[in-house]
Amino acid sequence: MSLWVDKYRPTSLSKLDYHKDQAAHLKRLVEGGDFPHLLVYGPSGAGKKTRIMCTLRELYGAGVEKLRIEHSQFTTPSNKKLEISTISSNYHIEVNPSDVGHNDRVVIQELIKNVAQVNQLDSTQQKNFKIVVLTEVDRLTKDAQHALRRTMEKYMATCRIILCCNSTSKVIPAIRSRCLGIRVAAPTIAEITQVLTMVCKKEGLTLPNEMAVKIAEKSGRNLRRALLMCEACRVQQYPFNVDKEISEPDWEIFLRETATMIAQQQSPKRLLEVRARLYELLTHCIPPDVIMKGLLKELLSVCDGQLKAEVVQNAAYYEHRLQQGQKSIYHLEAFVAKFMAIYKRFLEEGIADLF
Amino acid sequence: MSMQLLVYVIQPVRASAMQAFLKGGSAASSKNKTDSPVPSSSSKKKDGKARIIPWIEKYRPKTVEDVAFQDEVIAVLKKSLEGSDLPNLLFYGPPGTGKTSTILAASRQLFGPELYKDRVLELNASDERGINVIREKVKKFAQLTAGGTRPDGKPCPPFKIIILDEADSMTKDAQSALRRTMERESKTTRFCLICNYVSRIIEPITSRCAKFRFKMLAEDILISRLQMICKEEGIAIDDSAIDAVFKTSDGDMRKAIMTLQSASRLCGKDGAITKDMIFDISGVISEDYLDKLINKCRSDSYEELDVAVQDIIHEGYAASQVLNQLHDKIITLDSLSDKQKSVVCEKMGEVDKCLMDGADEYLQLMALFSTIMSQMCHGG
Repeated sequence: MSLWVDKYRPTSLSKLDYHKDQAAHLKRLVEGGDFPHLLVYGPSGAGKKTRIMCTLRELYGAGVEKLRIEHSQFTTPSNKKLEISTISSNYHIEVNPSDVGHNDRVVIQELIKNVAQVNQLDSTQQKNFKIVVLTEVDRLTKDAQHALRRTMEKYMATCRIILCCNSTSKVIPAIRSRCLGIRVAAPTIAEITQVLTMVCKKEGLTLPNEMAVKIAEKSGRNLRRALLMCEACRVQQYPFNVDKEISEPDWEIFLRETATMIAQQQSPKRLLEVRARLYELLTHCIPPDVIMKGLLKELLSVCDGQLKAEVVQNAAYYEHRLQQGQKSIYHLEAFVAKFMAIYKRFLEEGIADLF
Repeated sequence: MSMQLLVYVIQPVRASAMQAFLKGGSAASSKNKTDSPVPSSSSKKKDGKARIIPWIEKYRPKTVEDVAFQDEVIAVLKKSLEGSDLPNLLFYGPPGTGKTSTILAASRQLFGPELYKDRVLELNASDERGINVIREKVKKFAQLTAGGTRPDGKPCPPFKIIILDEADSMTKDAQSALRRTMERESKTTRFCLICNYVSRIIEPITSRCAKFRFKMLAEDILISRLQMICKEEGIAIDDSAIDAVFKTSDGDMRKAIMTLQSASRLCGKDGAITKDMIFDISGVISEDYLDKLINKCRSDSYEELDVAVQDIIHEGYAASQVLNQLHDKIITLDSLSDKQKSVVCEKMGEVDKCLMDGADEYLQLMALFSTIMSQMCHGG
């Protein structure tokens, strides 16, 4: 039995639940028999991958769903061996080059050339190009992105590239100008509610409307998350209890408690305690930028007006350093310490004003 | 009588066979004599239907004269086509201004299709270009001598060209390895370096090259080219839509053509391309949305701002795009004094840098908008 997320994933462009105009556009694009390189971007859980797979299916028929996993080996100029797993069908190959870290350039250079230099055998029945799907393009190094540039033009005849990323900010302009950008916005609360109701109906369950809205709001406009949460609720208790709180992940609660601790007391001793908690979050593989955002959200609720602006500026500052630096704990801790200092000063000024 | 008839019959057959042969074999040579913007599509025939070529390739300039707007470079290259010598070249300028197209067209004209393969070495960022490659591959290629005639007897310049495309992504070491090679092999080899930022090329290299800056294409030239393409392809498009293409392209010809083609694909054969469609494709944020954002900043409510920024992220707009368009807006905004504007713009610069370094979009946008908010509501 598969998860609802996979079970009810639409498989053709005409079956998509939202962004119907866009689906129609994509369909027309595919009908033309040819299309440019695509750059699909949008927040996670908005359905980027679903749209890509639908487009591929529209293009090649059911054959694209016969997937196989392969391990390819590449050798860097310094004779280091890299292994990367690719998912491919007869018509396309999907790879996440950022898996190999800063050596992603080699993968891009080799892989795309390998794919692109081979013509389709029987071009009368098939399209005369293959498709390379690259995911998480925004995590590619600049070198790798530069390597893509000319390749994209040179092998246009035999291969199309579909790039998939969360934000185009980190994609160099040279690549952006070679692709047709497709923005996949996150579904609205109403759209998520609709999908949830539909899925539950297909499962033969009754989902109260309030419950669906509640899940949709909790999901932060992330459809995948909403469906997973809905399924989790179903496992916990059925029939659904509308009054029951939707269970959140443990780490979110943990993070909130941490934030409360920071706001309660500002002292070196407390800082040490917070540090231990941050460490624990990090060892459970919670990404540091998520921790930072979570902390900020909670901490801001105790600040007012001008103080908020200051805290936000600092959060942005330390998060930037975090991306550049090596060890994230330093920067998280620096932010906490900074916040404590700002907050304490604010409180003391408040008390001084009273007298 | 019968003889005559036979000849009569044979003649057309031979003629058509000849034509077919020409079509199949010498597709590359048709690239050389140009004027017609439709390139050698005949060679890539498939089921009697020509393979669809992207317009950016289809309308790539085929001769040096075709290149629009870059007069200085053209003048120099034309001279060398007429037989005088060519210096080492360094082309730089924003993307989509025709740098690669120019040198490709020039070398094709110089050497003709047969010699092109032997005389031109094109290396771009997709090729391995470490110091070893410069030392071995480039050096080896550079050391070969070149004759002064083509196989068909026509004269051609006695040197080879090495094109180093996207040279700004070459390492410093590789660039310095190039220095001596460039000088020593100047008898037989010309280098052409192409890059976006001349500042990334080390000084010793730039001083060995004739530098040419490729200007951003001017409005009228870009628009007239677009109109030419539209006519060639038979697309219905009104002036406001063409104007929109120009505005979204930032003087980048490739981007403009790309947008145009995508739009024409999306709206099918008979639909007309509209302004909204162009904006939609190019990922530009609508004016209303931006105005709403700025109004949110006026509200002095942090919560509303938070919701608005979350919305940007959820809608999938890129932070860099927001930054670009917001910048134009802020500059022309009347409600801020010059000093306030400068504070905001400074913050924008910082945010842009942080975004390039890979910082989180939400936090950076929050920081920017809270700066704008405090400037608007509290005057700094």
